[in-house]
Amino acid sequence: MSTEQQQAGFNLKAEGKRVLRGSSGGRVEQKVNPVEKAKGEYDVVVIGGGLAGLTGANVMATQGYRVCLLEQHYNYGGMATWFRRPGGHVFDISLHGFPVGMKKSMRRYWSQEIADSIVQLESIRFDNPQFSFETQFTREDYTNKVVEAFKLDRAHVERFYDHLRKMEYYNDDGKTIREMFEEFFPGRNDVHRAFMEPITYANGSTLDEPAITYGIVFSNFMSKGVFTFSGGTDQLIMKMRKILQSNGVDMFSGAQVERVLVENGRCAGVRVNGRDIKAKSVLSNANIKGTVLKLVGEDHLSPEFVQQAKDVRLSGSSCQVYIGIKQGEEIPFITDLLFCSTADHFTSEELCDLRTKSRTFSFYYPKTRPHLKNAGFTIVSSNNARWQDWQALDDVEYEREKNALIDRTIDHLEKYIPNVREKIDHLEASTPRTFNFYTQQVQGASFGTKFEGLDVSMKLSEQVPGLYHAGSVGIIMSGWLGTVNYGVITANKMAEYLHEAKAK
Amino acid sequence: MTDEQIKQAIIGIINDINPDEDTSNINPGERLRDQLDLDSMDFLDIVMELRKRYGVHVPDTDYEHLASLDSCVGYLRDKMAGKELVS
Repeated sequence: MSTEQQQAGFNLKAEGKRVLRGSSGGRVEQKVNPVEKAKGEYDVVVIGGGLAGLTGANVMATQGYRVCLLEQHYNYGGMATWFRRPGGHVFDISLHGFPVGMKKSMRRYWSQEIADSIVQLESIRFDNPQFSFETQFTREDYTNKVVEAFKLDRAHVERFYDHLRKMEYYNDDGKTIREMFEEFFPGRNDVHRAFMEPITYANGSTLDEPAITYGIVFSNFMSKGVFTFSGGTDQLIMKMRKILQSNGVDMFSGAQVERVLVENGRCAGVRVNGRDIKAKSVLSNANIKGTVLKLVGEDHLSPEFVQQAKDVRLSGSSCQVYIGIKQGEEIPFITDLLFCSTADHFTSEELCDLRTKSRTFSFYYPKTRPHLKNAGFTIVSSNNARWQDWQALDDVEYEREKNALIDRTIDHLEKYIPNVREKIDHLEASTPRTFNFYTQQVQGASFGTKFEGLDVSMKLSEQVPGLYHAGSVGIIMSGWLGTVNYGVITANKMAEYLHEAKAK
Repeated sequence: MTDEQIKQAIIGIINDINPDEDTSNINPGERLRDQLDLDSMDFLDIVMELRKRYGVHVPDTDYEHLASLDSCVGYLRDKMAGKELVS
């Protein structure tokens, strides 16, 4: 049985004793209670140190509140994470690329130094049987490329962008992305692919989502290009932790929140590792369904709200293959981000098929980690995946499918870097089961929820005053930028709540 | 705080959150959104900075009052009374 299969069943087996999560595969027993040094009471307790939780905690701390952040994993960052492997490899899980807006958000809610480390990706490539081109993904360059590749009228493409920009959350026309694409580019599966594939990789959405979700996410990207954090995810999270510490946030990892405490109908704190910590307000950065149905529990909620939470669909999950190039070996500059497929046509279903022919490669050259002397080359491939497909496999099938995924991925990569196989000294795959284990996301969700999750997330405080949620929900709040900004939006609501509570 | 100082307080916040914006020729009667490149996160930042710098609370139902400099003055006059301008 593989480590991961042990991990998948970890929750059941570990009952009765507390273990540390992480690269040890969840087998190391916790000897010391990680929240031993926490104070008995805070203004704000944050459950989960993903980007929304970290940012919410920082915003509240800079507004003068006493904040405690609790993270179940030994590390912070949530899905914004990385891991190390022998051979000097550092693998980034979700660093692939974010919109330019991240620069502004980092400067405002974190520091100028973090903002200054955000750099533009040089190149993004598309390659599939329908088209092949390279772009910087700026509005101007991308428009040039699609106009040329698909013989489109530039003014029509601009009209499409303008239509997308005008879409607002409170002004939804009820159309799906599929309907909108058909309206603007009827029968053009190749054009739909060019516009949809990158967004599906970014947030798990399909052609059947509300068009509004596409409008907001695509408009964010389609501006000045795609950006990344120079230094890698590990440096980003380390800098954030230092800022939180200097702002007085008490942070505890390995801390498993068991319940949100509710007293007299209001949020009163949390139970973590068997200990109660009081708090005037709580920000949950855990999965919204888990927050509502497990941490709060149905007793404190209206039946309608419980049903609404149960009905929230998740945005799907991912598989990744982590490819480490031997120290001393080099690979040529191919591109930073490669969206590639050998599938003849584009369908949303094909993208998340168990044996999909479509994937992205994120190439990490030594420039990713300029602070390291011997920074090497790593490549991370990602594809969309369904929890149900991977969960249904028995141990033998699971191993076989994982190995087949690795083989398919390397075969695909060889098309772009011939004989790359010989240069690889580390290969490893993750599946929805892996994401479920490390982040405790329901069904290994790697993109949060579908559109309806946003409403549940935003209305949680109406059910339990003082309790708030922020994280990847509703597609439009997903991705690094979406979740960071949602953390800020929610922190602002919490500050108002605490102010009103104090006035009373 | 005088009306003029309230305007300066708002412009000071906008200058800090968006250093690239030219705020020297804002028409106080016109919506800020129509003159500057401000998105909904920028407005949220104005609200948070008002709280941080002046202890002024603006509930989300009142955000519409922050549309222009003139409407800000009308809305904030009582709330900012007796407070010192933070530069």
